[in-house]
Amino acid sequence: MKRNEMFKSWLLAGLLALFITACATTQEEITEDGPPPEDETQMGTGVVTDDGTGVDATGVAGVDDAGTTAITDEGPMTALEMLEQTEGALSNRTIYFEFDSAKLTSESIEILEVHGNFIAGNGEVSVRLEGHADERGSREYNIALGDRRAQSVRRVLLFQGASTDQVDTVSYGEEQPAMQGHNEEAWAKNRRVELIYTVN
Amino acid sequence: MKYLLTCLLASMLLAMPLAGKAALTIEITGGVEGALPIAVVPFDTSKLSSKLPVDLASIVSSDLNRSGVLKVMERSQLPANPHYSNQVQYQRWRSAGQEYLVVGRVREESPGLYTIEFQLLDVLKQKQLLGRSMKAKKRNLRSRAHQISDFIYEQITGTRGAFNTRIAYIRAHKDSARKYVLQVADSDGFNAQNVLESDEPIMSPSWSPDGKSLAYVSFENRRPEIYIQHLATARRSKIAGFRGLNGAPSWSPDGKFLALVLSKDGSPDIYTLNTSTKRLKRLTKHRAIDTEPVWTRDGRSIIFTSDRSGTPQLYRVGVDGGRPKRITFEGRYNTAASLSPDGKYLTMVHGDQGQYKIAQLERESGNLTVLTDGSLDESPSFSPNGKMVLYASTRGNNGFLFAVSIDGRAKHKLSDQAGDIREPVWGPFESK
Repeated sequence: MKRNEMFKSWLLAGLLALFITACATTQEEITEDGPPPEDETQMGTGVVTDDGTGVDATGVAGVDDAGTTAITDEGPMTALEMLEQTEGALSNRTIYFEFDSAKLTSESIEILEVHGNFIAGNGEVSVRLEGHADERGSREYNIALGDRRAQSVRRVLLFQGASTDQVDTVSYGEEQPAMQGHNEEAWAKNRRVELIYTVN
Repeated sequence: MKYLLTCLLASMLLAMPLAGKAALTIEITGGVEGALPIAVVPFDTSKLSSKLPVDLASIVSSDLNRSGVLKVMERSQLPANPHYSNQVQYQRWRSAGQEYLVVGRVREESPGLYTIEFQLLDVLKQKQLLGRSMKAKKRNLRSRAHQISDFIYEQITGTRGAFNTRIAYIRAHKDSARKYVLQVADSDGFNAQNVLESDEPIMSPSWSPDGKSLAYVSFENRRPEIYIQHLATARRSKIAGFRGLNGAPSWSPDGKFLALVLSKDGSPDIYTLNTSTKRLKRLTKHRAIDTEPVWTRDGRSIIFTSDRSGTPQLYRVGVDGGRPKRITFEGRYNTAASLSPDGKYLTMVHGDQGQYKIAQLERESGNLTVLTDGSLDESPSFSPNGKMVLYASTRGNNGFLFAVSIDGRAKHKLSDQAGDIREPVWGPFESK
C-alpha cells in the first residue's frame, strides 16, 4: 500500500514533465540491453532534441555532462527513466519456470508486483508478455504452455491494478530459445516469460 | 505510407507457388531381416537422343529399400542386364537368390516426351506379375519412378504404395534473414520447394485432404495466426486471427472444416471452423490446456492433447462436443497424436524419464510400443498407407526427418545439409 502511494506521488510530480514530453515522444520500445542513463536521478524535464524526434536517454545525460543541472534526490522520474534503471525489480524483465509448469515462485511474484504497480501508475506504459517453453515434447503443447505462463504473469499485473489494455500476451512456445543447447542449463533459461515494455 | 508498408511486408514474408529445387538425401539407418529379395535392372535408355536427367531404376530401388519390406540387390551384383521379360534367364536370378525382378525401357516419343515400360517378374514361378506402360514428360520423371515403385509395392504386398506422395515440413535457418521456411518435397525428400518464407516462426502445417492446400500457423504479425495457402497459386488467406492463441490447425477428412486451438475465451480449447461459412464451434471447455486436435477418419470425433488430469494425455471428443474420454494411461507425457488411416493405431510423442520418443498405441489392445530411439523425437505423422511414420528428431544442433516402419524394424533418415528441419507431415495419396 505504501509502495502504491509512493508511486502515486511520483506520478503526480511527473505529470507536468510527461505532459511536455508527450507531444514530442513517439512510441519507443525498451529492451533490456538499452543504454542506461548515466545519472539515474536525472529529472525528466522534457528535453526535446533539436530535430524534434523526441526525448531520449542519452540526450538527457548530455545535459548532465554539460553541467546544467539542478537535480534533487526526490525528483520524480518519467516512466521511461524508471524503465531504464539497471537495478531494482523493474530491471528484472524475465520470469523463469519449472518444467511443464506455469507456477510463479514467491520471488517472481514480488518482482511482478513491482511491475504491476508501475504499470498501474503509468497509463502511458504498456507491456507485452512473451511466453516461452523449453524444447522438450511437442510444439503446440509448448505453445499452450508458454501461453499459460504469460497468463500467470498477466494475472499478477492485473491484480496490482494494471489495466487489461496495457497488458498483452503472446506465446512462442519452443520456437525462440534464449539459449541453445539440449541440457537442463539451457532448458531452465528457456522456460520463461519476457516482459517487453512500450512507452507511448 | 501504404507503399512503405507493402515493401516492409514483402521483405518479411514471401509466399510462393511450388517451383525451385533443393534436395534432401536419404540414408537407411536400419536394416531389416526377412525382407523379400528383388532385383531392379537399370532401364534401357540407349535409344534416347540425350541422357535422362534421372536414373529411374535407382529411384525405384531406394523407394523399395526404404519400405523395409523389400531388399533390393546391389547394382554391381546383378548377374545380367535384361530389358524385356523374354531376355530373362530365370535360373541365373534364382541362383542369385532373387524372388522378384524388374526390367524396363524408355522410348522417346518426341523431344522431352517419353514412354516408360516396365515389367515385374516372379523369378520362382517364371512369369510376369505386372506390366505397365506410361507416358512421362521430362519434369515428371521422378514422379513416374515413384509410381512404378507404388505399382510394384502394391503387387507384392497387397497394400497401396505411398512413394508417389509429398511431405511438408518447416526448415529453420539460424543465421539467415528469412529464418523460417515452409517446404514441400517428394516422399523421399527430393524436389524440395519453398511454400512460404518468413523471419518470424512458421508452425504446424496440415494438408488439405485433396493435397492442394496447406493450413499453417504464422507469426508474421508477431502473434500466432492460422493461414490457408493454395500450393499451385500461392494464394493465401488468414482463417483465424483471434485474440490469444490460434494454433494446431487440422483438416477434417471431407476438407470442409478445420479443427483448431483458440484461447480467445480463456484457456486453450478445441474448436472447429467451417472453412466456407467461417462458423466456429467450441468442442472443449476446460481451464486446462487442450491442443493438437486430429480427426478420426469417419470425421465424427477428434483426438487431442489435454493436461486436465495433471499431465498431458490424449483424449477423444465427439464433433458435437460432450465429455472427452481419456485414451492414454501409460507414462506421464503423451501428446501430438497421429491416427493411422485404418484407425487402429495412434502414434504420439511419449515422454519417459526425460526421453521423448515416438510411441504407437494399438487402440483395441491398449498396447503401447516405443518405435524410435532418439531423446528429442517429435511430430509423428502416418504415411497415407499407414505403413510408415514420419517424425522429427533433434541430433546435435539440428533437427532431422526420419521415417520408421510401424513394426519399428525399418528406419531411414532424410538428412540434409542446411538448417534445422522439423514438423513433418505426410500428405495424402495423389488422386489416381
